Amino acid sequence: MAARDEEAEAWSEEAARWLWEGAVPLQVHLHDADVTALPPPPPLLILGPRLGYLPLLVSRIRAHFSSTLPPGIDTVWFEYKGLPLKWYIPIGVLFDLLCADPERPWNLTVHFRGYPGEVLSPCEGEDSVKWSYNNSLKEAAFIITGNSKNVMNMSQADQVAMWESVMKGDLDGYMNVSTRLKLGPFEEDCVVRTSSAERQQGSDEPESPGSSKPCRVPVRLYVRSVQEDLEYLEDAIPVSDWEGVSYINRPFEIRKREGRIYITLQDALETLLPEFFSSKPAVATAESEPAETSDSAPDDSDTSRPALSSQRESSATKNAKVKLVRVQGIEPKMSIPFLWVANNLKNPEHYLHVCVYVASPRI
Amino acid sequence: MAPSLWDGTLSIDDFNASAKALMTKWREIDVEDSLPDWTWKPCCTMGVASQVEGFLALEGVFHTGAGSQTEDNNNLSDERTVEHDTWVQSSSDSVHVYDFHIAYSFSYKVPLLYFQGHQAGGQLLTIDEIKKDLPAHSLNVLSESKWTFITREEHPHLSRPWFTLHPCGTSDWMKLLLGKSGEKDLCLQYLSTWLSVVGQAVGLKIPLKLHCNS
Repeated sequence: MAARDEEAEAWSEEAARWLWEGAVPLQVHLHDADVTALPPPPPLLILGPRLGYLPLLVSRIRAHFSSTLPPGIDTVWFEYKGLPLKWYIPIGVLFDLLCADPERPWNLTVHFRGYPGEVLSPCEGEDSVKWSYNNSLKEAAFIITGNSKNVMNMSQADQVAMWESVMKGDLDGYMNVSTRLKLGPFEEDCVVRTSSAERQQGSDEPESPGSSKPCRVPVRLYVRSVQEDLEYLEDAIPVSDWEGVSYINRPFEIRKREGRIYITLQDALETLLPEFFSSKPAVATAESEPAETSDSAPDDSDTSRPALSSQRESSATKNAKVKLVRVQGIEPKMSIPFLWVANNLKNPEHYLHVCVYVASPRI
Repeated sequence: MAPSLWDGTLSIDDFNASAKALMTKWREIDVEDSLPDWTWKPCCTMGVASQVEGFLALEGVFHTGAGSQTEDNNNLSDERTVEHDTWVQSSSDSVHVYDFHIAYSFSYKVPLLYFQGHQAGGQLLTIDEIKKDLPAHSLNVLSESKWTFITREEHPHLSRPWFTLHPCGTSDWMKLLLGKSGEKDLCLQYLSTWLSVVGQAVGLKIPLKLHCNS
């Protein structure tokens, strides 16, 4: 048993190393309107850490383009195929969400003027990113422990050390501080302990997450739609407007009534996105089209893609079905334990970011 | 949920019930005030409207006499000028129209207030313009804690930046305010009690009658 624990720990460590070293090669072009010199400057090739944020690259990008920038005050923002990029979403998540067929390098346009304030929240560089990160961390802590005290009570030195480690991608530095916050990992027997604790209401062990309350896992979902008849991801119509992406910031709660030893990724997404994942027949089956029954040859044998097959049986299929689920650049098997995904593929602010591509007949 | 053990948070079902109670009560009392009614807007995921989830909206709240508030603040001894809200001014530049939304935070299990203001012509107000409409107390807090009081963040259902009040500590002060209420009252009174606190912070005048029983 102990050997298995050690093995699991080694796996987790390795997963964390891969995540923290992960980066998206970016090719950053200066927007035409900001070019004041001839010839126009060449684009900049730069690695964007998956767990990092675009504004943190600005000093290096500005240095590269400095000779050509117009005079005045910079308000830096990034754009991909006409879509202004939300700076508070980690670079890896933006890439997984917006680049259906991973493009390497990822061609982004940087603007130094004309900040689209109606679409993007204001960004004052590193400070804004730090506060956004801290707010997310506080929120995650509240979800996991029921309060944000661990984060609020961090010493000034720890706060600085944590932020520095996130900026530099320094996993060891991060772990030093992060383990003191006691925000995980979630244990696989979370469900069992939860159910016994529920019977003896509000008892001891307030320290360990999930002991006296249902276990809550911080999750942020980004759902985008693609064409219904999409065969190759490279043909996906680019996201032109953020209204085309549903952002769902909602913890996943593991309660006793689930009645299982472990919950798969499929189970968790079914709970969070019942419209698209639910395999239970919806109440409104009466209005399902007859065509649906005739073509329903559920390929249950294809266990690697249960999302698609279960979706086919659901009456919600009429509206949309899941084409792809991506976490940290990976398309995980839907049958893997959700808590493993949450523990090992989460971002440093303790959120698990999941991108979901849904086929929509309206596109 | 015994009141003594209550932690000041709301479930999504309690939020929905409380929202309904607030809408009803507001409609009943809001006769002589010029305030609009709260409406319920269901959330949409990929064009599918949710049966359960939605947010409350109070849109088109007029704040006239903008720009005069700073003078009022310098001249607090003159009680009469504090009532500047009720003066109707002819210049349309000074009319600010506010929209207030109340959404449910699944993370904190409390309501969240979002708001934005625009000029009569539709142009969105900046934080500096909004500051002119905020009560003096809020201006003080804002100057001390730039990042943790009123900030501009993504509206959870509209995907655009709105001003929002940070929810930190909401459950704690709600516990203090309502901790002694009965279980049934708790849920129904939650939003109106909460609104009487957060409304003050953003200059939204809540009719006193909202808190009268009957």
